Amino acid sequence: MSDGLLIKGARILSFPAGLGGESDVKVKGGLIQRVESGLSGGGAEVIDASGCVVAPGLVDLHAHLREPGMEYKEDVATGSRAAACGGYCAVFCMANTEPPIDNSAVAEYVFDRGVEEGLCMVLPHGAITLGRKGETLAPMGEMGSCRAAVKGFSDDGSPVADSEIMRRAMEYARTMGALIISHSEDGNLSAGGQMNEGYYSTVLGLRGIPPESEQIGVFRDICLAERTGVRLHLAHISTAGSVELVRSAKKRGLAVTCEVTPHHFCLNDSALSSYDTNFKMNPPLRSAADVEALLAGLSDGTIDAIATDHAPHASHEKEKEFDMAEFGVIGLETCLPLAVTGLVDAGVLSLQDAVEKLTAAPARIMEMERWGYRARVEPGEAANLVVFNPDLEWVVDPSLFRSRSRNTPFSGWKVRGKVLHTIFRGKPVVRDGELAVGPGCEPVEGARVPGVASGASEAGKGMTA
Amino acid sequence: MTADTNGPRHLLSISDLDRDEIIKLLDSARSFAEVSTRPVKKVPALRGQTIVNLFLEASTRTRMSFELAAKRLSADVINFATGGSSISKGESLKDTAKTIVAMGVDAVVIRHGSAGTPGMLTGWVDCSVINAGDGMHEHPTQALLDLFTMRERLGRLEGLKVAIVGDIDHSRVARSNIHALRTVGAEVLLVAPRTLLPDRVEEMGVLVTSSLAEALEWCDVLYLLRIQLERVEESRFPSLREYTLQYGLTQARWSRLDDKPLVMHPGPINRGVEIASGIADEVEPVITGQVAAGVAVRMAVLFDLLGGSHV
Amino acid sequence: MAFEARARLLDEEDIARIVRRISHEILERNKGSKNLALVGIRTRGVTLAGRLARTIEGIEGQKVEVGALDIAMYRDDFATRGASEVGPTRIEFDINDKKVVIVDDVLYTGRTTRAAMDALMDFGRPQVIQLAVLVDRGHRELPVRADYVGKNIPTSGDEKVKVSLEEIDGTDMVEIGEER
Repeated sequence: MSDGLLIKGARILSFPAGLGGESDVKVKGGLIQRVESGLSGGGAEVIDASGCVVAPGLVDLHAHLREPGMEYKEDVATGSRAAACGGYCAVFCMANTEPPIDNSAVAEYVFDRGVEEGLCMVLPHGAITLGRKGETLAPMGEMGSCRAAVKGFSDDGSPVADSEIMRRAMEYARTMGALIISHSEDGNLSAGGQMNEGYYSTVLGLRGIPPESEQIGVFRDICLAERTGVRLHLAHISTAGSVELVRSAKKRGLAVTCEVTPHHFCLNDSALSSYDTNFKMNPPLRSAADVEALLAGLSDGTIDAIATDHAPHASHEKEKEFDMAEFGVIGLETCLPLAVTGLVDAGVLSLQDAVEKLTAAPARIMEMERWGYRARVEPGEAANLVVFNPDLEWVVDPSLFRSRSRNTPFSGWKVRGKVLHTIFRGKPVVRDGELAVGPGCEPVEGARVPGVASGASEAGKGMTA
Repeated sequence: MTADTNGPRHLLSISDLDRDEIIKLLDSARSFAEVSTRPVKKVPALRGQTIVNLFLEASTRTRMSFELAAKRLSADVINFATGGSSISKGESLKDTAKTIVAMGVDAVVIRHGSAGTPGMLTGWVDCSVINAGDGMHEHPTQALLDLFTMRERLGRLEGLKVAIVGDIDHSRVARSNIHALRTVGAEVLLVAPRTLLPDRVEEMGVLVTSSLAEALEWCDVLYLLRIQLERVEESRFPSLREYTLQYGLTQARWSRLDDKPLVMHPGPINRGVEIASGIADEVEPVITGQVAAGVAVRMAVLFDLLGGSHV
Repeated sequence: MAFEARARLLDEEDIARIVRRISHEILERNKGSKNLALVGIRTRGVTLAGRLARTIEGIEGQKVEVGALDIAMYRDDFATRGASEVGPTRIEFDINDKKVVIVDDVLYTGRTTRAAMDALMDFGRPQVIQLAVLVDRGHRELPVRADYVGKNIPTSGDEKVKVSLEEIDGTDMVEIGEER
C-alpha cells in the first residue's frame, strides 16, 4: 500500500472556515497532515482533484440499514457501500430492525458490523420504547454506555403515541444526556393515508395524510421538550406548519433541531399522478406551498440538517398496487447531488451552507466530537473526507446503485454534483466513483480489528481516529 | 384514449377522453343498443378476440355487463375473479399479469380495490386495459353510461345541471362523472356534509353545497350515491337515520317539487336511506333502463378500443 | 388526405336516368313490387335506396319497404382498417321471405356486400337477396356480382371513385380522381 494520500488542487471546504481556495491535502496515518498549496507526493498516492471540492465526509442523521432482520432489502455491508459512494463517512441508522435496536446487544451487533465492513462509521440510534411498541421505556442508559455509545433515541417509523410515555422518555433521556429524535405524527389523523391530503389525493382517489397529522405531532413534541428540557431533534419534517413551529421554538431559545430530506425539497405531491410507488413514503410528498416553506426554512436556518431517511424496500414490495406498496425511498447515493441541484443551483443555499447541513450541523446535533469528527479539513483532524465535483452533470441510473434496493424517485434525473472520491480513516474507499474496497478488495487497515473503538466502557466516550 | 402511437389503446380514466371522443362513444352506443333488440343479438365485430374479466373486487352487475357486451360482439370471454384464484393464494398482480400475457389475450377489463391499478397493469401486459373501477379513483364506463342515460332522457348534455348527492369522498363513480360532465359542458353541484367531501374538491370545477333543498331547486338531474354503514363507524356522520333526515330523498321533499328532476342512482339502492322506497319504485324504469344502456355503452367502448391494427 | 378529381363521369341527369332504369329492372326481375324491400348501405346507399323506392312507388302505386344498414360491426377488414364510426341501423320490417335488394353507391372489393349479407341474415331469412349499385369499379376480392349496375367504371388501385348526392353533398355527380 502506498504511503498516504495527496489530494491535489481541490478547493477546501471546512467548517467553520467555509469554502476556501485551492490547496493540497496530505493524508497519512489516518490523519490530515498538511493543508497547503504546492505539496509534493513523496511516496503517497496522488489524487488529482482539480475542479473539485474537498469537504469533511458527509454525516447522515437518518437511514434505515435493515440489519438485523430484513437483509433482503439492505444490510450493513450494502448500506455502507451505498453510503461511501454517496460521500458519507458516518451513517446513523434507525432502530426499526428485527429485532429492534432496543438493547446494547443489538446496538453493538450493528455497530460491530459497521466496523467489520470498514467503509464508514455505522452508528445506531436506539429505540425510545421497548420493541418500539410505545408502552415502556427502552434501556437508554445501557445503550448509551455500550460499545455503540448510542446517543440518539427514536421509535422512527412510528411516533410515540402516548404523550405521557413521551414525556417520561424525554425526562429520562435528559437525565442520560441523550437526544430524542422524534418521528412526529398523529397516527389517528394519518391512519389509512397513502399520500398527502390535498387536490391530488382527491383527484387520484387515494386516502390522504393531512399535514396537520405531522404538525400536531411536532407541536406536542416541542411542548414536551420545553417542559422537560431535553434536546429534541425532529425527523423528516415536511410541512410549512412544522417549519413555522420550529422557527418559533428556536425564537424562544428551545433546544430543538430538525432535518429535511432531498425528496421533500425536490418533489411535491403532483408527482403521485402516475401512481408510481417510488414516490410513496412517510411523511409523504407535500404540496408545492409546503415545499416553498421548506426551502425558506433551509435558507433562513430554521432547518438545521439534511438527512436521507434512506428506506430500502425490495422490488416485490414496491411493484404492487399503490395502497399495498411499502412506504419509503432510498437516498444515500443521491443526497449530495440533489442538494447541489435542488438547493445550490436553485439559489436557496450557497454550496458552503448546503454542505454544512450535511456535515457540521449533523455533527453538532449528534455530538460527533466523541467519534473524532469535527467537520474540519485541517491538520491533525481525522482524515474522513469527500472529494466531489460540484459542476459535473450526470444522470441518475438506479441499476448502478450499490444499495441492495432500487426504490428511488429520482431515476433518470439529470443532476449536478458527483462524488468522485471518499476517504475513510485516511484510506480511499471510493476512487473515481468506484468502490475501492469491499468484497475481493483489500480491507482498510485497522478497520477489521475488533475493539478498535476504545473507550467504550465509559458512557459518552467513543472512538479515537 | 391513452395510447402509444402503435401500441394497444386503453380506457383508464374519463379524463383521457375529450368532448368529441365522449360524444362519439355515446353515438356509437345508440347503434349498439339496437343490436340488443334484434332476434340475433350478436355482431361479428370482435370475433376471434379474447377478453379477460379480471375482477379482483366483488361485482356482479358490472362484470355481467362487460361479459354480455363482449359476447354480443362475438368475442370470447374469460372470467378471472378472486375467491379460489391464484391471487387469493398470494400470487402478485404482476405475476397474474404475466400469465395473461402468456395466454395471448386482446383486452383485460379490470376492477380492483386499489386506485391506479389499471394504469400499473398497462406496464405489465401487451393488450388493451379497460378500467372497470379502481378503488376510489374512477369508473369510466359508468360515467359514459350515466351520460348516455341523461342524453337519451333529457336530450342534451351541455348546460345540464347535475347534482350529485352523498359520499363523494369514497366514490369513483362521482369522480368519473365530475370529469365527464365537465368535459361535455354540464354543471356539477356536489351535495354532502363536509365529512363526505374530499379535500379541495372545488378545484375540480364543481359547486358544493350542504343543502339538499338548494340542490333540488337547481338541478335537472339528481344523482344519488349509495351510502354505506362503514361511514358511520368512521365518524363521517352520526347514523343512517341522520343521513336520511338531512340528505335523503324523502317522500316529503319529493312531493314539494313541481319540476321533478331526473333521478339516477348507480345501484344498488339502499331503499329508505338515500331514497324513499316509494320514489325508488317510481324511478325504477330509469335504473333498469341503465342495465341495457350499460351493455350498449360497453360494446361501444370495446369496439372502439379493439379496433386498430393488431399484429 | 384530400380528393383531387380528374374527371366527372356522371352528372345529375345521368344519375336520374340510372335510377329510373334500375327501378324498372328491379320490377321486371322480381315481377312486381310484392314482398320487395330495399336496404341501403352506409350513408349514400340509403339515399339511393330512398330514390329507388320513390321511383318504384311512382310506377307501381305500391309502397316499398326501405331499411338502412350500417355494416361497421360486420366488416372483416376490421383489424387492418380500424374501428370506423358506427351509425344507426334501421330495419323496421320483417325481412323473412322478402325479396331484399341491397343498395350501395360503389361496388369494389365486394367485402361490404358480404358484410351486408351477414347482417341481413341476423335479422331473419330473406327469400332472395339481390344487389343494386350505382357504380361498379371492378377489382373484386370475393365472388360477388351486382344484379343491377348503374355504370361500369374500370379503375386502377390508386384511383378513387367519389359519389356525391344532393341530399348529402349538395349536388349529384360521380367523379374519378386520386386521394392526395
